[in-house]
Amino acid sequence: MTTLLLADISKGALGDSVAKVLTAAQALGEPVNVLVAGKDCKAAAEAAAKLDGVAKVLVADDAIYDHQLAEPVAALIVSLASGYSAIVSGATTSAKNIMPRVAALLDVMQISEIIKVVSPDTFERPIYAGNAIQTVQSSDRIKVITVRTAAFAATGAGGQAPIEPVAKAADPALSTFKDEAVASSDRPELTSAKIIISGGRAMQNAENFKTYIEPVADKLGAAMGASRAAVDAGYAPNDWQVGQTGKIVAPQLYIAVGISGAIQHLAGMKDSKVIVAINKDEDAPIFQVADYGLVADLFTALPELAEELGKIGR
Amino acid sequence: MKIIVPAKRVVDYNVKVRVKADGSGVELTNVKMSMNPFDEIAIEEALRLKEAGKATEVVVVSIGPAQASETIRTGLAMGADRGILVKADGIVEPLAVAKILKGVIEAEQPGLVILGKQAIDDDSNQTGQMLAALLGWSQGTFASKVVIGDGTVDVTREVDGGLQTVALKLPAVVTTDLRLNEPRYASLPNIMKAKKKPIDEKTAADYGVDIAPRLKVLKTSEPAGRKAGVKVKTVAELVAKLKDEAGVL
Repeated sequence: MTTLLLADISKGALGDSVAKVLTAAQALGEPVNVLVAGKDCKAAAEAAAKLDGVAKVLVADDAIYDHQLAEPVAALIVSLASGYSAIVSGATTSAKNIMPRVAALLDVMQISEIIKVVSPDTFERPIYAGNAIQTVQSSDRIKVITVRTAAFAATGAGGQAPIEPVAKAADPALSTFKDEAVASSDRPELTSAKIIISGGRAMQNAENFKTYIEPVADKLGAAMGASRAAVDAGYAPNDWQVGQTGKIVAPQLYIAVGISGAIQHLAGMKDSKVIVAINKDEDAPIFQVADYGLVADLFTALPELAEELGKIGR
Repeated sequence: MKIIVPAKRVVDYNVKVRVKADGSGVELTNVKMSMNPFDEIAIEEALRLKEAGKATEVVVVSIGPAQASETIRTGLAMGADRGILVKADGIVEPLAVAKILKGVIEAEQPGLVILGKQAIDDDSNQTGQMLAALLGWSQGTFASKVVIGDGTVDVTREVDGGLQTVALKLPAVVTTDLRLNEPRYASLPNIMKAKKKPIDEKTAADYGVDIAPRLKVLKTSEPAGRKAGVKVKTVAELVAKLKDEAGVL
């Protein structure tokens, strides 16, 4: 049997998550076919074919797959499913939208956000915001799995997989795309960034993110994130939210500024390699997970940080 | 239009759960239980649609033990009209929940189903999508805005890059994200009134659904811990440590 990997694509390019999902997919021990579904997605298909260990790239290039709407993409996957023992994807918002629909149509129970493949039918996944890890065994004939990409290393390049077109499936015609507000930025994606600097409620407003966080992020080439409190207050856009129900990240360096450290936030970043906390309140729970803590007012510490980074050539 | 809101009874979001020493699960005795916060947002949205004249009735459905009726009462106190409790003990997986809800929906014929995007206990994020699949309905997940039109609903979704708006054919399933609204508190008179509102009792068998789990939980363990590190006194010391000790700069 074979594993089918649904590739994440955005604006026609292959998502950074795919190489990491591939590592998890290969741990299932079967050949891996990658499905690229979208409109004008030739470049993404070619990028997928270059990943090491991909058996075949399947391309469904059609206007109905533009924007990866759940109903048509799920119908496509179900039309292909009979030849597969597992269907996997990264736990991106796109796959979280599509994959449970696939699982229900196949009458199988999805295994969400795995962090480890114990054996081809047994997986570890976090529950309760990561406060417990469950080991689950699936008896379903087809395993439908989403992968927490922060838990897996990326597979390298070096492959030369053949690319094959696949026929589109009937369009359920239940929904249409209207518009999107997607911020374009030169910064790295939160989920693949090596360094992240996040701000919390103590930032006080959106302007302060720009004035205080951004110069440090620029010096570090870092992605910018935020706590739920900061997003709810409108200081930062929703796609910056790090936490249990936002993005799960595990960069080399995570700098939490003015974030108290609610368990829901810690769930999204506690697997970072090095955690720095800057907070005025020395009893803030964030210090319990931080490798380096600085008790200081962020409005004086951040400009100093930008300056010190400048001194070491960042 | 009738709106159905499924709501789950979960460990309160403020509780830090503990893993049982024998690895058989998490400690749930004497732990505060509440309505899943995302489902509260779903009820609030349904009530706002009713108040705006877009909906006629809001029905809260909960699947779980007898105590899940408290979860339904919470929804009724917020302003929902009536409840349906589908009694089921033990773990009911999202697929089984979706199958039971399909049965409820076929009986109730709502025009819209609104529910939380995920429950904060198992963090699965599956039920709404599965329900839409089983019904053959459209789905609008992770909603931050819901606008009812003529035979359609526009849902603005929180996605990785920002926001996406889709138009769904009604009937539809919508799952809520955090920014959709801020749920109201139930007033004392409404809490009293809620005690008189009807709750129908059903079982999974009434809908012909087998709730035997598909996933076998082999064990539950503590996550790898993280120790607190050191406090630094100055920004210069911090940068030096990150550069020389941690090697991340």
